[in-house]
Amino acid sequence: MEDAGFIIGSYVLTFATLALMSWRVLRSGRRLADQIPDEDKYWL
Amino acid sequence: MTTIDKAPTVQSQRAGTGTRGTRILGTLTIVSMVWLIAFGLGFSPADRDQQEAVRIMYVHVPTIWIAYLAFVVTAVASGFYLFKKSLGWDRLAGASAEVGTVFVALTLIVGALWGRLTWGVFWQWDARLTTTALLFVTYVGYLAVRRLGGTHEQRARRSAVIGLLAVLLIPLVHWSVRLWRSLHQEATVLDPDGDIDMDGLMLFSLFVGVIAFTLFYVWLMLHRTRVMAMEDMMEDRGLDEALASRRREAAMPDSEEN
Repeated sequence: MEDAGFIIGSYVLTFATLALMSWRVLRSGRRLADQIPDEDKYWL
Repeated sequence: MTTIDKAPTVQSQRAGTGTRGTRILGTLTIVSMVWLIAFGLGFSPADRDQQEAVRIMYVHVPTIWIAYLAFVVTAVASGFYLFKKSLGWDRLAGASAEVGTVFVALTLIVGALWGRLTWGVFWQWDARLTTTALLFVTYVGYLAVRRLGGTHEQRARRSAVIGLLAVLLIPLVHWSVRLWRSLHQEATVLDPDGDIDMDGLMLFSLFVGVIAFTLFYVWLMLHRTRVMAMEDMMEDRGLDEALASRRREAAMPDSEEN
């Protein structure tokens, strides 16, 4: 039973961290994109 | 003929740093992550020695793989920056180091959970664990140096030098289990003898984990480098406005001083 907690905990911790990183980067991307003209965005 | 206003369109604002390519890559990443969870927690069998704890390996090994990859990318991009003097390379180096540092932290934490199940302790001052912790601290230092003041070029030059030096720790971390007596097991897949002694389904699960995390790394890097480019633009804009304000102040008549 203890094993299951550690194993599932490892997965939850890993995927939660990846989700948090993704959310932070996407959020700052959207915030900054509002203030930068399109011609300066080399990816468009 | 009418001219079109160059203000950001509603569509581009909504998209942020996303493009069709990143959306496809993001979808592939999510699909591969679902596969990883299905194989890692479900389909793959328990190990003879590690029992169910082996399932942690399917996230633990890919996290350190991404950290190594990220730091090598940081070093290569740093080298290119020093050679080409293009800030795009510096941003690639910085973004990759950020991602790599988070992945090393995950490696250490998830590894500690695995260690508790397998060795009975969360931490040992073992050669592999200690050198990995040193790798983490080194790249935290690299990120701290990137936040020091100065121009973009100053930031890029000093962090490029550190990026090129810090990557030398990776061989030390990888070979630490052979250089010193270590509690940590030696490489199973990247065994120098070329003999992979692992169950097929276990190896496949590990492979899915490596693919999933690599896709995630590429996806996140695309977004993060774009965000960093916009951050640099905003910083330049703020500096330009501050300079213009100072010039206006300097050009004002002396009447205000009297």
